[in-house]
Amino acid sequence: MARPCAVVGIGQTDYRRRLEVSLEGLVRWAALEALEDAGLTFADIDAVVIGKAPDLLEGVMMPELSLADALGAVGKPIHRVHTAGSVGAATAISGVTMVESGRYDRVLVVCYEKQSEGNATWALSGGKSGGQGAGGTFAPWIRSYIRRSGAPEHIGWQVAVKDRRNALRNPHAHLRIPDISVEKVKESPMLWEPLHFLESCPSSDGAAAVVLASEDVARKGPAKPAWVVAHAKRSEYASFPGRDPVRPRAGVECAEALYRKAGVTDPLRQIDCAELYVPFSWYEPMWLEGHLLAAPGEGWKLTDSGATELGGSFPVNPSGGVLSSNPIGASGLVRCLEAARQVRGTAGEHQVEGAKVALGHAYGGAAQYFAMWLVSSELQPAFA
Amino acid sequence: MSTNPRPVAVVATSLTPAYTAFEGPEAALVMTCVNELLESTGLRREELEFTIAGSCDYLGGTPFSFVMNLEGVGAWPPVYESHVEMDGAWALSEAWLRLQCGDVDTALVVGSGRASSGRPREVFALQTDPYTMAPLGADPVSLAGLQARALLDSGKATEADFAAAAARALPATSGVSIEELLKADYWCDPLRAHDVAAPADGAAALILVAGDRARELPGEPVWLTGMDHRIESHHLGLRDLTDSPSARLAAKGAGAHDGPVDIAELMVVHSPEETILRTALGLGGETVINPSGGPLAGNPVMATGLARVVEVVRRIAAGEARRGLAHASSGPCLQQNLVAVLEGEH
Repeated sequence: MARPCAVVGIGQTDYRRRLEVSLEGLVRWAALEALEDAGLTFADIDAVVIGKAPDLLEGVMMPELSLADALGAVGKPIHRVHTAGSVGAATAISGVTMVESGRYDRVLVVCYEKQSEGNATWALSGGKSGGQGAGGTFAPWIRSYIRRSGAPEHIGWQVAVKDRRNALRNPHAHLRIPDISVEKVKESPMLWEPLHFLESCPSSDGAAAVVLASEDVARKGPAKPAWVVAHAKRSEYASFPGRDPVRPRAGVECAEALYRKAGVTDPLRQIDCAELYVPFSWYEPMWLEGHLLAAPGEGWKLTDSGATELGGSFPVNPSGGVLSSNPIGASGLVRCLEAARQVRGTAGEHQVEGAKVALGHAYGGAAQYFAMWLVSSELQPAFA
Repeated sequence: MSTNPRPVAVVATSLTPAYTAFEGPEAALVMTCVNELLESTGLRREELEFTIAGSCDYLGGTPFSFVMNLEGVGAWPPVYESHVEMDGAWALSEAWLRLQCGDVDTALVVGSGRASSGRPREVFALQTDPYTMAPLGADPVSLAGLQARALLDSGKATEADFAAAAARALPATSGVSIEELLKADYWCDPLRAHDVAAPADGAAALILVAGDRARELPGEPVWLTGMDHRIESHHLGLRDLTDSPSARLAAKGAGAHDGPVDIAELMVVHSPEETILRTALGLGGETVINPSGGPLAGNPVMATGLARVVEVVRRIAAGEARRGLAHASSGPCLQQNLVAVLEGEH
């Protein structure tokens, strides 16, 4: 059966525009920090997994080839995952599989994006100029959510403010807007109705890394492990009549599979905090509902009540989330590693007090790819 | 590392022809394979617990082109699925590891590509280092030419060896001799046109099943007893281009020499690679190399490596061989290499 797997090292770069560093420099920065955290060197690593969004974002095809040297992979296996926006979390899960399989004891997972070396909106528009971009895809579904749920307009503004305030506590965050306010968000230009400029994610550069290890290795390491209690992935078609893109079935079933595997029966109560992939403000309530943390129509009320703020009963994106930093291919891994930081108690100023179980999540494509993991300070947490 | 993998077998395979230019979308190539696999096993789509595909956005010139392939894979109800931006052989590697975990027993593995959408020789030049190499436009055929030249200069191979590898890809009825091949003009000196596999469109797919379940399905299970893959430096100046230490390590890791190797399907995209791979993989005269003709006879990009596995499986299932090796490669001058070892039931 699958062996236990733990996060034993975490590294990340700052997520601003990184014109002073090459692609190799960027990924190596995150990898070295993760190795140092784990008390390991490249020589200790059995296999490397890398993930990023489409190769066309930087114009480098199959970058595992040109990054093999920088990642210490020469003479080792290096595996490359690409599952659209969910890729960061999907890559982490591929790494977990490698450890759980019994074949590898120490796996280095690295994800990155360097948006300053390309044009992501061009690429996200199917390689055409003048495309609608990701926001243009999601805005009609957000509008549909608002109509269905009866959510008041300010919910989106409120999420945008909360995540940017959290970002002020995270030194890696890209956007730092000390005077962020609801007024400022709603007065920012309208990009894709109902999404304003300040309700959208930035274009960031950055790399993130984790070292995953078997139980034996994790117990001998210098740092507290974050145990991967469960992981799940689900994908569905991009579009067909009858598909619900507002509450995708793949997202619901992914969450069900995750909670079932972990033994979670009341996720909102039994999980302490979550890093959800929220590139546009409204996706916070949409994923709270779409991943069974709130009943349909109730997610926005949770946000409105302040429960998802740092200090609330269920903090969402204490790191500032994708709304504050979006190195696309890495963003899912950042969600996963921030969840791990919470349960290790190493999240610094955005630490959720006493967090023992945390959710890391990413989605991608036309809200059709989902990847999640649940991490805990305990190998087998008991959920009462 | 554990040395006793959970028994996992290939129970069905599918391979489209290698089309010069397939008229439909890549998803149609994928769908053809998936339908054939379901029909031959009698399995329903929902019975395949894990799905993983390998393909390349860049070939279609469209980011997220793999998303459209979901239509061919079948993703409703939603599926537990992943994707590697690599040859389908690496998708097989992840599927094999996933089945080792013990909680999943069946997997669908697909590799697909549509090289005719663009100009592959120019596109694959973007695999090289973006700061120092890619601006030079060094394409894979030119780099294979450098590798061929290094082999000739070292005395490890002759142009006749290259022609002999190329001749194997020709139909037995062609009657073309090595001498005649050597009379052809150079195309990318010292490579001639017949030394280079033309990129094609196509797909390969298979179903993996763990344990006794594999024996309950129709057909002969072929056991995937070991797999490994390794990479070398990207910097050609740091490598001995006449050798492939990564292929050697992968063969060892996959347990290739724990028994005799009756057949080997090698991803020889440029004929000189056969000499290098034979030596690195330790394949002697007792091993029949590329009985299918290999990639020089059909190179459906991103499926070529997985197609090597399919070709070995089919020959073992047909009783033509008992144990075989499948090899896949990625990157310029055989930078990354994968080995899978397959064994028959009897």
